Amino acid sequence: MRTKIQQSVSDTNVKDRTIWLAVPINKISNSFAQAVADIPSGASIMIGGFGGAGGQPTRLMLALRDLGVGDLTIIGNVAGISKTTGYGWPDHLDPIDQGMFFESGQATKITCSFPVPGTTNPLSDIEKAWREGKAEVDIVPQGTLIERIRAAGAGIPAFYTPTGVGTPVAEGKEHRDFDGRTFLLEEALTADFALIRAQKADTRGNLQYIGTSRAFNPAMATAAAITIVEVDEIVEPGGIDPERIGTLSTYVDRIVLRETGDPLP
Amino acid sequence: MSNSANSLGNDPAPRLDRAAIAKRAARDLIDGSTVNLGIGIPALCADFLPDGVELLYHAENGILGFKELSAPGEGDPNLMDAGGKFPKLVPGMAFFDSVESFALIRGGHIDVTVLGALQVSRNGDLSNWMIPKRGIGSIGGAMDLAANAKKVIIAMEHNVKGNLAKIVNECTFPLTARTCVNEIITDIAAIEIDQENDRMILRETAPGWSFDDVQARTEARLTIDGDVGQMA
Repeated sequence: MRTKIQQSVSDTNVKDRTIWLAVPINKISNSFAQAVADIPSGASIMIGGFGGAGGQPTRLMLALRDLGVGDLTIIGNVAGISKTTGYGWPDHLDPIDQGMFFESGQATKITCSFPVPGTTNPLSDIEKAWREGKAEVDIVPQGTLIERIRAAGAGIPAFYTPTGVGTPVAEGKEHRDFDGRTFLLEEALTADFALIRAQKADTRGNLQYIGTSRAFNPAMATAAAITIVEVDEIVEPGGIDPERIGTLSTYVDRIVLRETGDPLP
Repeated sequence: MSNSANSLGNDPAPRLDRAAIAKRAARDLIDGSTVNLGIGIPALCADFLPDGVELLYHAENGILGFKELSAPGEGDPNLMDAGGKFPKLVPGMAFFDSVESFALIRGGHIDVTVLGALQVSRNGDLSNWMIPKRGIGSIGGAMDLAANAKKVIIAMEHNVKGNLAKIVNECTFPLTARTCVNEIITDIAAIEIDQENDRMILRETAPGWSFDDVQARTEARLTIDGDVGQMA
């Protein structure tokens, strides 16, 4: 996965990676298509947000769909329920969710906490792909999922959690007792790319979030080899109060600005 | 036992509606608690808090201190609760990311969670994320909440269609967490799970329902400890 880092070197037109790390780099992509252009078939991709419109990198997702690459592994949270239920979307808009990669046949696997809504009428794109044997669905408790992502970004290979003990998610996992309570070992989860969403970036890549749009975005930014962020506004350094920086520029590789007045939330 | 329940006659009296279940569950929420309400009947508890009770609501998507929802059409997608609805911005509200939100849950900082259930066993095991026949389900925050909240209240309908029992000896559906449920509020009964003494205690019945009526619709054996009150 680390080889993917080399791909971003070509973006900067600097051949030597040591030099690349030492010089200021332009992280701003000209378009959503350009920002995702080097994502290859077979890549693993974290998609930020919680599950509704807020905090979801919707334009990056649409660009990835248009890119057409396949055999993707998606890592999300509440993953594909908005289109059929309206979850987390304003009433007047047609919801867009991670199910798009299963409708298009691009994704063959998803790791997430909430892949399907309560109802099967109509069937969501993920459940349909799963029923047809076209996609593997790996269902992880939400707190375990986010902590696995956090751990990956923080250099922790695995951790013990009480969540899931005695349930199907504990099967085959190491158990250990601490102070009389049983915990199970969960491993860090990384990815080749993270597509995330923030309200504002400075040109260095420091990010500011708004409201409940943080969710999985900050942790995913730390856990993937390449992090691409979709923002509503780009400002000069200093344009974000340093007390309000939610993701450090270190974690951010590419920034794409949404069009002013974009009708999608 | 669930088969015999299936052959029961008519109910002896009306069952409580969803709002009444939520109202009864809300009575057990203590002023000042940090509370996470699941989707469905549990979410309705917020509409029926007793006078003078104020709760600090947590939603796992990263919000603490929300109250009422925005008017239809006025919601902000960047101000969402975990049910995908849009609360109003109110003073004292806090936003945070999912790492912190689940540290809050796993760390035992949530006083009470009210959740729905597919099955609850005699000793408080909970199944609420997948119907085996469907083969796919959604865990979301349910396993973290059930395993780690200080108190777990289940608010649900007592039976599924055909009078099949949801309160059973052993859960046959995939588990959410073991021995986690403290009480169950249904459309016919309020039941306490006494894990230390391995008992399910019937505390209240809906108006017009007897102990035997409730037991006949419950696979797990119920006991009585003191008076059985009437749900109100």
